[in-house]
Amino acid sequence: MYKLLQIELYKIFRRPRTYIAFLAITALVGVIQLGLVKNGDDYVNFVMGNVMQSFSFDGKLLNGYLVCYILLQLLLVHVPLLIALVAADMISGEANMGTLRLMLTKPISRTQFLLAKFTASAIYTFMLLVWIAFLALFVSMFLFGVDDMVIQKTNYLVQLPVGDVFWRYVGAFGFALLSMLSVAALGFFLSNFAENSIGPIVATMSVIIFFTILSTMSIPLFQKIQPFLFTTYMVNWKEFFDPKVNADNAVIVGSLQHPDRIIQSALILVLHIVGFVGATMVLFKRKDILS
Amino acid sequence: MDNNCKTFLISNAESLSCIQISSLYINSTILAAQCYTCMQSVIKVSNLTKHFKGLTAVNDLSFSVNQGDVYGFLGQNGAGKSTTIRMLLTLIAPTSGEIELFGMNIKTHRSEILRQVGAVVEKPDVYKYLSAYENVALFAKLSGVKVTDKLVMDQLAMVGLASRAKDTVKTFSQGMKQRLGIGIALVHNPQLIILDEPTNGLDPQGIADIRNLILSLSKEMGKTIVVSSHLLSEIEQVASRLLIIDKGKKLVEGNAHELFDPAQTIVEIETIDNAFTLQQLQQSHWQSMLQPQRSHSILLKLHREQIPSLHKNLVEMDVQVISLQPRHNLEDFFLQITSNNQHVQAFTN
Repeated sequence: MYKLLQIELYKIFRRPRTYIAFLAITALVGVIQLGLVKNGDDYVNFVMGNVMQSFSFDGKLLNGYLVCYILLQLLLVHVPLLIALVAADMISGEANMGTLRLMLTKPISRTQFLLAKFTASAIYTFMLLVWIAFLALFVSMFLFGVDDMVIQKTNYLVQLPVGDVFWRYVGAFGFALLSMLSVAALGFFLSNFAENSIGPIVATMSVIIFFTILSTMSIPLFQKIQPFLFTTYMVNWKEFFDPKVNADNAVIVGSLQHPDRIIQSALILVLHIVGFVGATMVLFKRKDILS
Repeated sequence: MDNNCKTFLISNAESLSCIQISSLYINSTILAAQCYTCMQSVIKVSNLTKHFKGLTAVNDLSFSVNQGDVYGFLGQNGAGKSTTIRMLLTLIAPTSGEIELFGMNIKTHRSEILRQVGAVVEKPDVYKYLSAYENVALFAKLSGVKVTDKLVMDQLAMVGLASRAKDTVKTFSQGMKQRLGIGIALVHNPQLIILDEPTNGLDPQGIADIRNLILSLSKEMGKTIVVSSHLLSEIEQVASRLLIIDKGKKLVEGNAHELFDPAQTIVEIETIDNAFTLQQLQQSHWQSMLQPQRSHSILLKLHREQIPSLHKNLVEMDVQVISLQPRHNLEDFFLQITSNNQHVQAFTN
């Protein structure tokens, strides 16, 4: 299994396509950071104008932590496409190249083969998120410094003390990994049904976009089905930035307003990952390789 | 009784029941036959059937391949060759029937069996963005072989690609890819090699190279080789045993040398005036060798060694010969047994 995993990782990282995601993230984050370095204060005044009329802020509002939050909100919508590029290609790409039949004439079981493939795409997903974390968090901290993090929620304002932010990002990135793995698992599942990569990649993105629209629109009809859509739970990384407050409305350091929501969402995402990968295995083990 | 058979029986006595052993000793002829089968059979396929939606691709097919055979697997396009080969390699699950390789059931001993098998199934597709060296190393690793630089380079040298080891496969010609595919199939030194249409898309030199490689693997290394093709001319030059299938069913299985009997060679003669030529032949000692005639040619069945003499006689008879072509008996046999003659024309080169 370890040997198979090594081979799968080798194949992923020898393909030029793999690096598109890393380059795209670098370019996107770089451009946004450049824009914020140049005109960051204008941007903050524009976004938080109403709040700034009612409150006065000391310190650096536009700091590395806030920049990272802005970047994550933007990126986590687009990253599924970059994940799908690799995960939805894992089986269909081999079928398309004709290498699937050669692989499966080797003394490896189909279960091992699939597990190695999914683990490799999970490692790719992890590495992509680590890269995002490096650029969006650490580089932003370096460029913009750190201070208390002020976020404007729908009905209220959250001010997180500077010492209470970093661990929340660790949690948020951990949760984002689960979200992205569920995208990878969906792509992997759809990859089983096609003999070219385009179909499963487009299908994965279509499902994600369609479900995300249904998950985010506050229409009563949609709200009834939202609990059954895994995309509803993918955005709950934001719960890490919603702390409990005391009687004076001050943040309780190290607290979470809704830890139950985070745990429930994480479990639902894990169930989807296991479900998609398990279904892929059942179908693939019975599949006639005709490519 | 053959000494080898005795040795085999003694060494394998533990795996046979007392009843089996005593029954074997009753009749030495039966014993020899059974011993041959159990000792030599590398592939044993029994009543293999595969249905796809509304189509029976393989229909109750049974055959066996003995150790050291170059086993020709012949049939039209769509006859069921590739489906059968894919079932041998576990790429397709049979609807019914049994497959045993090296005496083990493919369903229960898949990994043990595949460690001893090397295969090229249809096109030799490999990772085009990797080099030839990387591809060989990768598949050697998958086959459970300890990868060394020497192993990979030796393998590439064997198929004539050592000088292109570091080049990515996307720069290779079809023939080079085919050779690389064979190199990969052989990297773990398998006992059984399965080549499905190995000369597809190759130029004449490439076809000759593959043919020589098959003969060398068989004669010098003692490998058992199954080679499928829809081209009779290709199979007849390498195969020691043959299986011809049509519409998924076995038509004939046997030793190639019996089917290629030189005493049964058909010669096809085309002349300026076939009627005159036929008249001349009917008045000569060739009369007894004349076969039912075709519209544009005259057929004779004779020994291959008689062809020069026939040619000389025709000249003496003042016959103006356009062409004189010996055809193997197998070719006619193939024409007779395969049901669709329109298609068969294409096989027989």
